[in-house]
Amino acid sequence: MEYVAEPIPEGYTGVVADEHHHDYAGDTVFGFWVYILSDCILFAVLFAVYAVIGQEFAGQITAKELFELDYVLMETALLLFSSFTFGMAILCANAEDRRGLFTWLGATGLLGAGFLAMELNEFVHFTHEGAAPWTSGAWSAFYGLIGTHGLHVFGGMVWLIFLAIRLHREGLTTENRTRLMCLSLFWHFLDIIWICVFSVVYLMGVL
Amino acid sequence: MAHQSAGGAAHGSVREYVNGLMLSLLLTAIPFGIVMTSGLNRPMTVAIILVCAVAQVLVQLIFFLHMNTSSEQSWNVMSAVFVVVLVAILIIGSIWIMNHLNHNMLLGH
Repeated sequence: MEYVAEPIPEGYTGVVADEHHHDYAGDTVFGFWVYILSDCILFAVLFAVYAVIGQEFAGQITAKELFELDYVLMETALLLFSSFTFGMAILCANAEDRRGLFTWLGATGLLGAGFLAMELNEFVHFTHEGAAPWTSGAWSAFYGLIGTHGLHVFGGMVWLIFLAIRLHREGLTTENRTRLMCLSLFWHFLDIIWICVFSVVYLMGVL
Repeated sequence: MAHQSAGGAAHGSVREYVNGLMLSLLLTAIPFGIVMTSGLNRPMTVAIILVCAVAQVLVQLIFFLHMNTSSEQSWNVMSAVFVVVLVAILIIGSIWIMNHLNHNMLLGH
């Protein structure tokens, strides 16, 4: 029997990008969600390291002597409120409220910057007090975990600035909405990691 | 009420975010307050810290990330549950193995 190829439909180009347009945003956000979950595993490894060597101070200065809980509470509040303001920004984007969107994104950026500044200040202070990343296993684990979280927040800030520029230039296009959605997932995720950080590292660290 | 977009990513409402914020503030204040002011015994304090942390993670997943059990979200939730299992194995397994090793190394003492 001879195989007869079906005739190629009119207008068929082989490019499927346009045909799947409606799934694009959802697929991208789901893909980003999978990235976030893989990032969870990265943090899980760092938490496991902290759980194993987080109390090995090698006779050097301990966490108990340095941690100041009211300072950590302030950091926590900044990050929690920035997570909330990002949620408000998303609601404004859904309601096509550009002014609200930029206001809430600006608030998120400021709160995030405040958090990063406090964290950097803490690192400098700790290092001056004799708790540098190379001081002991415990401090290596501390800086490894908190530093990785801080780097993520920094990355989120850079992303936020570039996305704000794009939103300003191009407005709320489908692509920009998807980007905004991904960044909001990322931002909320960082706050969720911080819950684990302040509970396990700071609160349990001073007990 | 949250409504779904094409990709299953739900959008919240102001009320949802405010509720999430209030619950998160409460679940942050409780462990900080207990550690900073009260002289509760150690195991009890650790238990309260852990319970509040897990509760706050759930609160943020539900109120900020709008996770739910609707069919549009089944892949999001399923992949997340898979990762939770992985994370549990990683962390509990590490602590378990390293404690055993530590114990064995102490035989000479």
